[in-house]
Amino acid sequence: MSHRISRLALVLATPLLLPAVVHGADYRITVKNHHFVPAELTIPADQKVELTIENQDATPEEFESHDLHVEKIVAGGSSVTIRLGPLAAGTYRFVGEFHEDTAKGMLIAR
Amino acid sequence: MLGAALIVFRETLEAALIVAIALGASRGIAGRRRWVGAGIAAGLLGAVAVAGSARAVANALDGRGQELLNAAVLLAAVGMLTWHKVWMSAHGRELAGRLRAIGHDVGTGARPLIALALVTLLAVLREGSETVLFLYGLVASGTGSTGLLAGGALGIVAGAALGHLVYRGLLAIPIARFFQVTGWLVVLLAAGLAANAAGYLTQAGLLPILMPYTWDTSWLLDQQSLLGNLLHVLVGYNDHPTGIQVVFYLTTLAAMHGLSRRFATPGHPRRAAAR
Repeated sequence: MSHRISRLALVLATPLLLPAVVHGADYRITVKNHHFVPAELTIPADQKVELTIENQDATPEEFESHDLHVEKIVAGGSSVTIRLGPLAAGTYRFVGEFHEDTAKGMLIAR
Repeated sequence: MLGAALIVFRETLEAALIVAIALGASRGIAGRRRWVGAGIAAGLLGAVAVAGSARAVANALDGRGQELLNAAVLLAAVGMLTWHKVWMSAHGRELAGRLRAIGHDVGTGARPLIALALVTLLAVLREGSETVLFLYGLVASGTGSTGLLAGGALGIVAGAALGHLVYRGLLAIPIARFFQVTGWLVVLLAAGLAANAAGYLTQAGLLPILMPYTWDTSWLLDQQSLLGNLLHVLVGYNDHPTGIQVVFYLTTLAAMHGLSRRFATPGHPRRAAAR
C-alpha cells in the first residue's frame, strides 16, 4: 500500500522535478476591440513555439483552443505567454471565450 | 444575451455536476447539506479572490501561475476524492445497511464530509473564478446591458437546474447499489480531473505531452457539445487527449481502485468471491 501511495506521490511531484523547458521562437497576437490581430498566424510545425497574447482591451479575455488544448485567461491590459508544440502541420482554431462571436482566429502550422 | 447565458451555463454546469456527485456520494450522512453548502459559499469567496488577482496569478512563477494554480486545484480535488473513496470502501457497506435499517440520515462525524466539502469548494472556486471574470468584463466594459446580465443569471439557474436533475437521477438508484455506483462516479470524476491537470501542466511546459495525438473521436461525440461536455465533466471524456492525459487518467483509475481494495471492509461476499 505504502508503495502505491509513494508511487502516486512521485507521479504527482514529477512536474516539480523537471527543469524549466527550453524557450522556443516567439510569436505575438493582440486582442483589440474583442478581435484577434492577426486573426491568422503561421508558425513552424514540429518545434516548440512561444505565443504571447497581448490583451489591449480593458476587459479580461480567455484565450481558448480545444484543438491546441489551451485555456488561458488574459486580464485586461496585460499579456500572457503560451507554450505550444511541437505541433504537427495543420490548422488549429482558437477563440476568445468571453467574446466568441468576434474573437476568432487560427494558427497554421507548417 | 444567449451567448452570455451559454458561457455562464457551461461553467455553472461543471461545478453543479461535481456538487451533485458530492451530495450523492455523501447520501445518508447527517449534516452533509451544511458541509457541501459551506463548500459552495467558500468556493464563491475564493472565486472572487482569484478573479480579482487574475493578473498577479498569470504573471506569477515565470508566467506559469495560472496553469499551476489550476493544476494544483485539480490535483487537490483528486486527492480529496481518493480519500473519500477509500473511506467509503471501508464504511460504505455499513452505512448503506444502517441507512436501510433506520431510514434516515446517519451521524458518522465530520470526516467523510470534509473531503467532499473541499471538493465542492475547489470546483466552485475554479469554475466560479472564470464566471466572475466574464461577468466583471461585461460590467466594466459598459456592454453589460440588462439583457446580458439577465443572460448570465439565466445561465446560472439553468446550470444549477441541470446539476439538480443529475442529482435526482442519482437518488433514483436503489440503495443496495447506490454507493457502488457513486463510488465509480467518484473514481471516474477524479480520473477526468487528473487528466485535466495533466493538460495544464503540459500547457505550462512542465510535463512532456508524450504523444500529441492519441485518437480523435470528435466525429463520434464532439466534446464541446452538451452531451460531450457533460461526459467530459462526469467521466473525463476527451475527444482528442494527449498521451500524458491518458497516462494520468489510467494511473488515477488504477491507484484509486487499488487503494480502495486495500482498505475495503473484509468479508464482503462479492469481493471474497472475486479473490
